[in-house]
Amino acid sequence: MAFKVLKPGMLTLLQDLGRHGYQHLGVTSGGPMDEVAFLWGNSLLDNDDNAAQLEITFGMLSLEATQPTSIALAGADLGATLNGDSIMPWQTYAVKAGDVLTFQQPKFGLRAYLAVKGGFLAEPVLGSVATVIREQLGGFTGKGDKLQKGDLLPYAPTQQHTPRHLPRLAIPNYDQTEIDVVTGYQYKSFSGLDRAHFFSSAYTLSQNCDRMGYRLDGRPIGKDQPGIISEGIAYGAIQIPSDGQPIILLKDRQTIGGYPKIGCVTSISGSLLAQKKPGDKIGFRYMSVDQAERERHLALARIHQWR
Amino acid sequence: MMHNETSTSATPTHIEISLVSDQACLLQFSDSISDEVADQISLVTTALQNHQGIIDLIPSYTTLLVVFDAGCFDRFAIQKTLQSVLAKVDWSSAGNRISHEVVIPVYYGPEVGPDLEDVAKHCQLDIEEVIRLHSTTTYRAYAIGFTPGFAFLGNTPEALHVPRKTTPRLKVPLGSVAIAERQTAVYPSVTPGGWQILGRTPTKLVDWTSDSLALIKAGDSVRFKPMSKEEFLAQGGNLDGF
Repeated sequence: MAFKVLKPGMLTLLQDLGRHGYQHLGVTSGGPMDEVAFLWGNSLLDNDDNAAQLEITFGMLSLEATQPTSIALAGADLGATLNGDSIMPWQTYAVKAGDVLTFQQPKFGLRAYLAVKGGFLAEPVLGSVATVIREQLGGFTGKGDKLQKGDLLPYAPTQQHTPRHLPRLAIPNYDQTEIDVVTGYQYKSFSGLDRAHFFSSAYTLSQNCDRMGYRLDGRPIGKDQPGIISEGIAYGAIQIPSDGQPIILLKDRQTIGGYPKIGCVTSISGSLLAQKKPGDKIGFRYMSVDQAERERHLALARIHQWR
Repeated sequence: MMHNETSTSATPTHIEISLVSDQACLLQFSDSISDEVADQISLVTTALQNHQGIIDLIPSYTTLLVVFDAGCFDRFAIQKTLQSVLAKVDWSSAGNRISHEVVIPVYYGPEVGPDLEDVAKHCQLDIEEVIRLHSTTTYRAYAIGFTPGFAFLGNTPEALHVPRKTTPRLKVPLGSVAIAERQTAVYPSVTPGGWQILGRTPTKLVDWTSDSLALIKAGDSVRFKPMSKEEFLAQGGNLDGF
């Protein structure tokens, strides 16, 4: 009824679409860093959108199946193999008892998603199984633990398998370096020069990048802007601390904060960003809210209509 | 326990609604913090709770962040919905709001309040006076955040205003009661923290298996009640952590 963890990987977490409705208590949403890949994973298996999957960051994971199932890989290419044979993301594969599934290290992108038919089974905490290590919430244990060697990851076994793969045109392009930004929040409090610098400079992902947020290195903007009165932080908010280096707040962000924010990364671009690694370069591109809305609807329609 | 607020009410002059992303809106009530503004935010938060298509509400000092389901609302629909909810709010009820009062027992002792002495020195008070001032003020929970269940409580009496510590502690023990500038708070989990620690409560601030989840919610009134070391230990408090 399960995968047995032979090697736990650097950071492998159980995720669903997130813990919603508790941010007023300071509980973050969590959820898949690359939501687009996650949704494709469930779509490939005709699962519920919210069915729990493994988010495999970097790789070094090895699992042994104890029962048959059908799996889908989505997101990064982490050099996955099934019984030693290479397998590719954006496809489904049949798995038998005794099969060994291994993820080595990133070839393209950073985070891979492993979906099983029907989803992984775990008891939700506050309505979700999304693992947030910092808050000790979610995951297979309910206490926010990442995978450990020897863990059993339960699913409902099935012999049913439909071979499917994504059309090439639908596969997201992780080479894209432009990240779309909606300018809300305190955009007006930044000078014209700061805004111009923000949208015309290259920024490098620093070593301080995790599920909470990505800290960037590049041309500082809005240095020494005074703090603001703490307010709620939306997914993708780009806050500018006093050193002027942007921090993009992602799925495990804190819920409130007092740094001024120049804008918000769109949900679709946030998924792309989740596949970038420290050292990668990105640039920001202005996007109006109506464009962002359109992009999101198109992406979701593609995923749902394809089923 | 219920408690009658005495602050006066008023209709907000202008609430600015702005889109911050394709799935969130920020309502800005004012540029400055006041009980009046906090009352208005509480009212609007309550009015929007359980509204179809609204995923999360994050009230803070002067703002309310509304996270919405982009499948239910587009940019026009969400603003229209918010405007119609705001138009229906009975602002006159803000002043006689019945707020929930939370009383938190605290052991103010040297083993669990390592900054008591420094705070007393900084404020030119003796330790007893620091404890008296801290525990005779009724605070308001202006915002919850930083970590789950961490309530920013204000305002401390002016005589107790102290800066944050220059070097934050890497681990603040569970239940620590601390002050910084005009605010006070209880640490609901072990985290780094730079506030000045006065004591510790044996009371659990968050319990995800209970119905109430978090003891303090935004808008609540909070008081601290001094307890002896014996009472603290009897209620399950511990003296470890420093």
